[in-house]
Amino acid sequence: MANIISDETIEYVGILAKLELSPEEKEAARKDMAEMLDYIDMLNNLDTSGVEPMSHIFPVNNVFREDVVENGDSREEILANAPAVKDGSFKVPKTVE
Amino acid sequence: MSILSMTAVELSKKIKEKEISVKEAVQASLDQIEAGEKKYNCYVTVDPEGALAQAEAIQKKIDDGELTGPLAGVPMAVKDNICTKGLKTTCSSKILYNFVPPYDAEAADHLKKAGAVILGKTNMDEFAMGSTTETSAFGATKNPWNTEHVPGGSSGGSCSAVAANECFAALGSDTGGSIRQPSSFCGVTGLKPTYGTVSRYGLIAYGSSLDQIGPVAKDVADCAAILDVIAGHDRKDSTSVARETYDFVSALQDDVKGMKIGIPAGYFGEGLDPEVKAAVLAAADVLKAKGAEVEMFDLGLIEYAIPAYYVIASAEASSNLARFDGVKYGYRTEEYEGLHNMYKKTRSEGFGPEVKRRIMLGSFVLSSGYYDAYYLKALRTKALIKQEFDRAFERFDVILAPAAPTTAPKLGESLANPLQMYLGDIYTISVNLAGLPGISVPCGTDAKGLPIGVQMIGNCFEEKKILRAAYSFQKEHPFAACPGAVL
Amino acid sequence: MKNYETVIGLEVHVELATKTKIFCSCSTAFGGAPNTHTCPVCTGMPGSLPVLNRQVVEYAMAVGLATNCDITRYGKFDRKNYFYPDNPQNYQISQLYLPICRNGHVDIETSAGKKSIGIHEIHMEEDAGKLIHDEWEDCSLVDYNRSGVPLIEIVSEPDMRSADEVIAYLEKLRLIIQYLGASDCKLQEGSMRADVNLSVREVGAEKFGTRTEMKNLNSFKAIARAIEGEKARQIELIEEGKAVIQETRRWDDNKEYSYAMRSKEDAQDYRYFPEPDLVPVVISEEWLEEVRSRQPELRDEKMARYRREYDIPDYDIEILTGSKHMADLFEETIAICGKPKEVSNWLMVETMRLLKEKNQEPEDISFSPEHLAALIGLIGDGKINRTTAKEVFEVIFAEDVDPVAYVEEKGLGMVSDDGALREVVENVIRDNPQSVEDYHAGKKKAIGFLVGQTMKAMHGKADPAKINKLLAELL
Repeated sequence: MANIISDETIEYVGILAKLELSPEEKEAARKDMAEMLDYIDMLNNLDTSGVEPMSHIFPVNNVFREDVVENGDSREEILANAPAVKDGSFKVPKTVE
Repeated sequence: MSILSMTAVELSKKIKEKEISVKEAVQASLDQIEAGEKKYNCYVTVDPEGALAQAEAIQKKIDDGELTGPLAGVPMAVKDNICTKGLKTTCSSKILYNFVPPYDAEAADHLKKAGAVILGKTNMDEFAMGSTTETSAFGATKNPWNTEHVPGGSSGGSCSAVAANECFAALGSDTGGSIRQPSSFCGVTGLKPTYGTVSRYGLIAYGSSLDQIGPVAKDVADCAAILDVIAGHDRKDSTSVARETYDFVSALQDDVKGMKIGIPAGYFGEGLDPEVKAAVLAAADVLKAKGAEVEMFDLGLIEYAIPAYYVIASAEASSNLARFDGVKYGYRTEEYEGLHNMYKKTRSEGFGPEVKRRIMLGSFVLSSGYYDAYYLKALRTKALIKQEFDRAFERFDVILAPAAPTTAPKLGESLANPLQMYLGDIYTISVNLAGLPGISVPCGTDAKGLPIGVQMIGNCFEEKKILRAAYSFQKEHPFAACPGAVL
Repeated sequence: MKNYETVIGLEVHVELATKTKIFCSCSTAFGGAPNTHTCPVCTGMPGSLPVLNRQVVEYAMAVGLATNCDITRYGKFDRKNYFYPDNPQNYQISQLYLPICRNGHVDIETSAGKKSIGIHEIHMEEDAGKLIHDEWEDCSLVDYNRSGVPLIEIVSEPDMRSADEVIAYLEKLRLIIQYLGASDCKLQEGSMRADVNLSVREVGAEKFGTRTEMKNLNSFKAIARAIEGEKARQIELIEEGKAVIQETRRWDDNKEYSYAMRSKEDAQDYRYFPEPDLVPVVISEEWLEEVRSRQPELRDEKMARYRREYDIPDYDIEILTGSKHMADLFEETIAICGKPKEVSNWLMVETMRLLKEKNQEPEDISFSPEHLAALIGLIGDGKINRTTAKEVFEVIFAEDVDPVAYVEEKGLGMVSDDGALREVVENVIRDNPQSVEDYHAGKKKAIGFLVGQTMKAMHGKADPAKINKLLAELL
């Protein structure tokens, strides 16, 4: 296997992705990621020099809204799915120490 | 002819002619669901009361002459990643187990306005990540042709529901083959439109640059009728393309004379099941016999589609799925210490292994130091793949290919080796990368009696060509009902 | 101690004055109850998609043109990924790779002289929601009313060397943006926010030192103090042989010290990638010209014009144009009543005095040009005298009352009945023989006393000029 994924990498990616993996999951993630990256490295066989990265398939540009208020108060609907609500707001664990 | 054996278009005609009431059709579907769900698990949510209430309202509009279209009164199902106002939409994930959208996806809204009755929400691979519908948090869906086999995925619930007559047609979504591959496995017809043709507003995103909603139905005519309804320019979706016409039904002509059909030779090599190969080539012969010019050709860069796809789709998914954090909707872990612990526990408990695998991969390929090597490389590869198709469509009207290398695998065989499972998307994935339309049409069964689909791929905005080819093919090779599912 | 130089660059966030948010048609109005200006888009509901507000692009272009930037003809949005509850999607839609403006500059002037400050780029992005910390329950509450309010971030080059230059640069930006009408730029209310990137190096050194980024600066004074505080902290570290760490720090203006905002959960790896839900913004020559042609007169041009057109002192021009709102008020008032000098005086003297008294900014002025013009009209017509006018003006300043109606209602108008005034003057002459005698003896000042007595008897509602005339006649 060409790609070796370290524990630190899995730990770091876990912080980025906000995922906490069990020791077994970490082990599997190391193996899966290395295997996938080895496979993906096949792309290096393809010469892409001078090729513009293509994020959109079609050259559609300039899609705009006009600056007109259309939405009213839909707080009730917006909060209806929240796991925790207080005073018309989404309730979360304290964000400052 | 029993109600359930009709196609959507046939049913709506009977309803308009007052031979069948909308309520009868809905009740027949609900009874079939009641009987079938024990075996197949096509649905995450069935909404009998809602469906019967809709039936009444729609019947009135039909009687009043307000609803005249081909979906009026037709009981349909919607994949559970397409938001339906007031009806639970879970993406088959624990993390959205209780999410009730406050709005309709644009495509669902179109269906409702056309008078389709929404029966419920169909099972899928969690967040559309998978090829078997086994990664659903609410249990695997089984293939109605043989319940020991998977229905394919990720729109496995939609495809099996159509095959099992648990609805007349359904909406699916296709990011890397998620309509076409399960359609092939379930012996139904499924179409992935050109990117930007059906609004993505309200489709819970997996890979935003690749996702498209499309119809799953019994036959090509139904697919065209549904596409007529759901397609359209939507100002709520910036990537929606304003097309010149949204009339697809007029393409349903039994005429392929002079149509140029290309078969990529590289798709018929190693890894393709001989029975699938034979059935697909036989389908090509059918079209040839009807006057199409069929030719083998070399489509380049085939092998690069899967790695490019997994980089792009995983990267977009890692960002798209960041919003599921236990703050605004869905699951939140029971116990936690502080914000970040809440995030981590919620997401780790709420997402299944396949979703986590792709989020991890996607986060990694975008992380500092890897972006150019992986993400930009994949986008460059995508540009080259698009060029390959552009070249091919200079010569051909339609590209004909298998939809999947095999027929439906057995339950439990696929998930152990993710990479192996990903390789099964070889014939469908490049179509998403290039934004093309593709349709999967049943073309036979293997020795085990499992369906095989032939895929027809068109150039961008040329759904009409593939619809015409598929319709012509189906004239010779009509839709075969799933033996186990006919009432 | 060695001789150190401070190197400062600024990241200035400005909330644009659009009616709706950047990606949805929710109102940007201040002051709504929590989450009443929200929709599926700005709360990150699954399946929702952003659609760009055209006005945001035009404001950004206008600011770019006014700060001498190159306007990017093919721009894109990117996603900046990080988890925080005020950020509903857990990514912010921003611009990293192709921002709308680049390579600009503005000219400033301080006691150290004139200087050009480079602008690296200006990009468009969405604001975050607001977190309120609940003291009672040890939790935080999220309000997404501000989520999705359009921002531009103006990133300067590290061209500033002192707090003075920073303040001058900010003032300059503020005036440009206010004049464009692109934002009200109020630091206290957060519609203009500055993050300070600061490093120190020995004078003459070629390489920059390690910089820190300071956040939470909500007044010019706080910015000045933060610069001094952080400069001192970094110099102290260097003098002690310690290293400055590149990090984000939060300025505590009460303690006058900055604190590191690090956390192990904060990887500062934003995984930017092109936003797949938005299409590129392509700015044609025609569009750019259209925006350019709509650019209003900016401050420097306005000052030059005032010098040409009005006979008012340079100092007054500086104050009047120092706030777009004040300049507008000035011009709108003279459009009604003329008399630029008199209008300027009311703004320069009484208005500035009251603002200072009430600790307000010129932007807070709430009276209308019609009412100031009407007041000046009352004086001109001899309906009220200046003393009364000042009293009435205080009420106009506070409540924007119509002075004509107010004077009428309160009976403040001068007595125009000359017969009545003559009677009062005769009484005053009769009752003050000593003053009359003094006057005739050549003490011309005595007339002032008599005018005062007459005014007192008239309850202030008389024209002093008329009294003088009558006294001269009757004495």
